[in-house]
Amino acid sequence: MIDKILEKVEELDAQIEEVEGRATEVTQDLVEVVEYSEEVMEDTFEERISLEEHDKEIIKLKSMREYFLSECQTLTPEDRVFLARHSQRPHVDDFIDGIFTDFFEQKGDHLYDEDQSIYGGIARFHGIPVTVLGHRKGHTMEDNMKYNFGMPCPEGYRKALRLMNQAEKFKRPIITFIDTPGAYPGMEAEEHGQGEAIATNLAKMSQFHVPVISVVTGEGNSGGALAIGVANRILMLENAVYSILSPEGFASILWKDANRKKEACEIMKLTAADLKEAKVCDEVIKEPLGGAQRNYDEVMRNLDAVLWKHLQELMKLSPNDVKSDRQMKYRKIG
Amino acid sequence: MGSILKTASFSFSKKREISEEVDQKDGETLFVTCKKCQRRSMKRLWKENYYVCPICGKYQSISAHYRMSLIFDPGQYKELYADMKASDPMNFPEYAQKVAKQKEATGLEEAAVAAVGRIGGHKATVIVLDSRFFMGSMSSVVGEKVTKAIEYATKKKTPLIIFSASGGARMQEGIYSLMQMAKTSAAVEEFNASGGLYISYLTHPTTGGVTASFATLGDITLAEPGALIGFAGPRVIEQTIHKKLPKGFQKSEYLEAHGFVDKIVPRNEMRQTIIQLLELHEKK
Repeated sequence: MIDKILEKVEELDAQIEEVEGRATEVTQDLVEVVEYSEEVMEDTFEERISLEEHDKEIIKLKSMREYFLSECQTLTPEDRVFLARHSQRPHVDDFIDGIFTDFFEQKGDHLYDEDQSIYGGIARFHGIPVTVLGHRKGHTMEDNMKYNFGMPCPEGYRKALRLMNQAEKFKRPIITFIDTPGAYPGMEAEEHGQGEAIATNLAKMSQFHVPVISVVTGEGNSGGALAIGVANRILMLENAVYSILSPEGFASILWKDANRKKEACEIMKLTAADLKEAKVCDEVIKEPLGGAQRNYDEVMRNLDAVLWKHLQELMKLSPNDVKSDRQMKYRKIG
Repeated sequence: MGSILKTASFSFSKKREISEEVDQKDGETLFVTCKKCQRRSMKRLWKENYYVCPICGKYQSISAHYRMSLIFDPGQYKELYADMKASDPMNFPEYAQKVAKQKEATGLEEAAVAAVGRIGGHKATVIVLDSRFFMGSMSSVVGEKVTKAIEYATKKKTPLIIFSASGGARMQEGIYSLMQMAKTSAAVEEFNASGGLYISYLTHPTTGGVTASFATLGDITLAEPGALIGFAGPRVIEQTIHKKLPKGFQKSEYLEAHGFVDKIVPRNEMRQTIIQLLELHEKK
């Protein structure tokens, strides 16, 4: 359903832009006329009329857009899965650009390979040096091929661990962005020890003395998500989802039918609100109506404020308390 | 052998495999048919061979308690947290009924059984995942029991031995299942920090969330011959890469060749190998 609404909204966006463009042209004409003419009132009559019409049209189109967007106030879990996977949704590189400064990218696991599905390095957050990393998705098919659609191989997890171990060494807080369809189910990934790589990250992340905050920004599926997500605080964007595996995978395992995705979405309790209730998620970050892709600035502002609040809280704890705070979070589940 | 007979013996052997406990008690059954080679052998031979097919060598799944009885010194173990019961954290449709069925079929409360006892005279904490109960999948109770038993081993300073067998996550417990990976891994890491020995013994099948947590975190990793061990299942991988997987892919031997298993240990050497390792790590 949301896809149809968004299509309509985007159509209106385009129309509004077009009318606004025409209005700007008329305004420019007006300015010219005013500059070169004595008889302003008479000469500009047509332009003024046309401007008024433009304004009316814009108001009409905007109210139509508002109407459609208001439909987005109640979204089904399936709608949220759609938004979580939206190609124009902000991704880890957008977040790093948006709320961090002084970013220095670190590449490779320094063991075997550079896995581009994990992107990260050192940056400043509110002036403080932090290690920041996350699953990388692209906005285009070409980029997505390069980043393997955000599905890491073992080398990706080992790269993430290398960065995080340095954070522990240099006492930098760690901020991770989770957005992955899951671990990559490929042959080499298995041969290189996918299970071992994920398990090692889970074990080592449980031991860090520096604060770890994970933000689920899109879809967080399976061990591939958790492998960079053992955190003191788990924050979720309003339309992000977090679950044991993709709804399609869930339906195909449980009912041997991947087409029962909608049903799976309903039953899996994978939305930010569900996870808040399950006490896995600590705070939900508000998104613009219609999804994060509609207004990056607003998302960045909201995320920045919540992230900073939680980081400040954690930085007040002693290193040992930071560690046990994180361990307790998971110890209490189940 | 006619095809009718074949089918009949197959379903018969399946029942045996699901309920090994019953199998041990009744003395009436004389023959057991192998699931792989379909040939019948005397039950006595199966037993003497630790439920490995006397003809083709195929490993049959065994129950957690039977494995415990093979590992521990006779009569020398006590079950831990036996009263922990399966839960239904997501109120998942039909899940409670399914759990009840599994309980009845296996006589277990959940897929994990934990115990402490003596092995060759050495005290040890042992956890066995029973593949007959929901394919040994990771439920919140499995995660909690495994964690508690690891914490017990940490506190009592005993070595830890875990026999993994798991189809992966317990779908019906969703995110709670996923989070058990973090919890159990953290417990292993705390155990490591305390200086204890952890022997991870992988049995058929060890996959998914169990592979990606405690099962691959052992100091020593052993595997039963021919066991399927991996994170993603072979079917999913084939669908992803659109290719047939090589023969033996994700089998114990394949993992050993790719550097993830210390040693493949047949069932009849299991106890002796564990005793050897316990002795090598004995603290003076």
